[in-house]
Amino acid sequence: MPRLIRDGAIVDDAWLAPGPENTVPKAGQIASLDQWLQLADKKGSAVQLEPGQQPDPLFEYLDQIQLVAINFPVFTDGRGFSYARELRDRGYRGELRATGNFIRDQLTYLHRCGFNAFQLADERGLEAALDSLGDFSEVYQAAVDQPLPLFRRR
Amino acid sequence: MYVYDQYDQKIVDERVAQFRDQTARYLAGQIADAEFLPLRLQNGLYEQRQAPMLRIAVPYGLMNSRQLRKLAEISRVYDKGYAHISTRQNVQLNWPVLAEVPDILAELASVQMHAIQTSGNCIRNTTTDQFAGVACDELEDPRPYCEIIRQWSTLHPEFAFLPRKFKIAVCGSTEDRAAIHHHDIGLELLANTQGEIGLKVLVGGGLGRTPAIGSVICEWLDKKHMLTYLEAILRVYNQHGRRDNKYKARIKILVKAMGVEAFTKAVEQEWMALKDGPTTLTDEELARARSFFDAPVYDTVDAAEASSVLQAALDGDPIFANWVKRNTRSHRVPGYRIVTISLKSTGYAPGDVTAEQLELLAELSDEYSFGEIRSTHQQNLVLGDVQVSQLNALWQRLQAAGLATPNIGYLTDMICCPGGDYCALANAKSLPVAEAIQARFDDLDYVYDLGPLELNISGCMNACGHHHIGHIGILGVDKKGEEYYQVCLGGSQAKDASIGKILGPSFKQQDMPDVVDKILSTYVTLRQEEESFLDTYRRVGIDPFKERVYAPAD
Repeated sequence: MPRLIRDGAIVDDAWLAPGPENTVPKAGQIASLDQWLQLADKKGSAVQLEPGQQPDPLFEYLDQIQLVAINFPVFTDGRGFSYARELRDRGYRGELRATGNFIRDQLTYLHRCGFNAFQLADERGLEAALDSLGDFSEVYQAAVDQPLPLFRRR
Repeated sequence: MYVYDQYDQKIVDERVAQFRDQTARYLAGQIADAEFLPLRLQNGLYEQRQAPMLRIAVPYGLMNSRQLRKLAEISRVYDKGYAHISTRQNVQLNWPVLAEVPDILAELASVQMHAIQTSGNCIRNTTTDQFAGVACDELEDPRPYCEIIRQWSTLHPEFAFLPRKFKIAVCGSTEDRAAIHHHDIGLELLANTQGEIGLKVLVGGGLGRTPAIGSVICEWLDKKHMLTYLEAILRVYNQHGRRDNKYKARIKILVKAMGVEAFTKAVEQEWMALKDGPTTLTDEELARARSFFDAPVYDTVDAAEASSVLQAALDGDPIFANWVKRNTRSHRVPGYRIVTISLKSTGYAPGDVTAEQLELLAELSDEYSFGEIRSTHQQNLVLGDVQVSQLNALWQRLQAAGLATPNIGYLTDMICCPGGDYCALANAKSLPVAEAIQARFDDLDYVYDLGPLELNISGCMNACGHHHIGHIGILGVDKKGEEYYQVCLGGSQAKDASIGKILGPSFKQQDMPDVVDKILSTYVTLRQEEESFLDTYRRVGIDPFKERVYAPAD
């Protein structure tokens, strides 16, 4: 079974990656955005956003969705960081997963933007990646992990 | 100036540790080149022609003497004994070794400095008026706002992988000395009809391949909303800025593509979700930030006596008198003057400063200017608070160190990027062109007669030398493997911002002093009394210059 980091621990992951666009997601399979839009029942659903797919259509269903995966086909495309914040700022509490080609050195930023699960392209890097989560013990900005900016805490 | 507390220090220290680990992993082959690239860039490290280049952040251009001494030491131990002041008020080292960069960063952290986000597709060092806090035409000191932006933008988790680099400038005076019209975001402190000081917000200015003047998207913003509003702009840009073509990725392209109105609407919409949230600035935070920039305790100077002492010195030495006239300007406190130290003496690369000079300047800033010094985007240094009665003593020591070239604001005080001698991006060399022009126009009387003149040189269209906004701009271009130079005229970085117009076909390097000479003599012929180069150009247009420069040889 594939493994990933979830809530700071390395765990097995039962979700299946999205299938081709013209198929209907199976039980336990993450839907692409287009597939997800077709779902009659969004309860317990899982959806994957690609760069360029803003999370706006999800806003109505945030309390029903179980997993949002945000894909990073290239790690330098930072749109997903804003998508994550948009979702969390609007109250999404389910799993928010980074998937694709992001790198471990982005983990603190991803975590601050609200991601709580990290599916690295190469699972062998998971242990080491845990270290990167602890790069910083203090931050200036308000974000998902720390709702108050430093200037309201110092 | 701003002083770190334990939080600031911890963040900077942890950043050094993070980059030390990343560098070790890279050198051990555990991080691929492409993945290490943005990591090193966001720590200030470029790959250049000769060696890596390290760009050290000088937040809004302000340094103290301890930091100057540390820079001198670093340049000696880790580099070749000199440093370079960049056009973003930062300091660059041209010859560091990658494996030693974490040590350099640790040295910097020991004096409350860093190289965070001086490069890469992230929010860069915020720049401002080099005369902030001491200028006579200042409405409010912009530096507290720059510091607040510095902290907010430092390691901002959402905006570290933007479509492209992002630059913010703040201005708080009547004359714009921070070029806010030519930044991704320009902020101007100004009063509303009730006399309350807030911020005007401009977006989408820039240089580079597609020069643009910023558009106003908010006429007046309460200061407490500064960060949430910036966050809204960045959030729109991060999601919608183009990522398919790096030449079309700056926010200016997005603003143009969406139209100012639609862009403003998108920002306002994002802002609604952020406004009045925890990132809204508190009165305490604004007061805390301001407290670091309180005026120093000035001596009460008998202005009449001070000016008679100065007058005597001026009368006794015309060379000194000339330097005072050209390189100093009035200060908001009577009995003090602002001194600009020219890093533009002929034979030296514009903006270069040696370790010895840095140490001397540290000493001079301690003795004459409350231990602080400022860097300027024109690549000079400034002592902001010098007593009039001490100008002569200061000048003598500057003079002895080759730091008293009296050319501030004149032709030979040119802005110039490092160009093809150092920079891997450059199409052409820029330093030899600057040097040839300085050598050609070594007659100071002629230079003064030309009046205020900004000549800016970039070695490629990334425009680090700000060529579009020079009264005369020179751009290095590559023509079938040969270095050529394109000239533009009529740019301005002031409040009456304009972008220079291309004169015509480009020239060979050896022809450049002649070309500049022809442009200048055209101006001299056409000018009306006391008319500046820029005003003459604006009155007569580009044609007379074109005719003269491209006229067939007699």
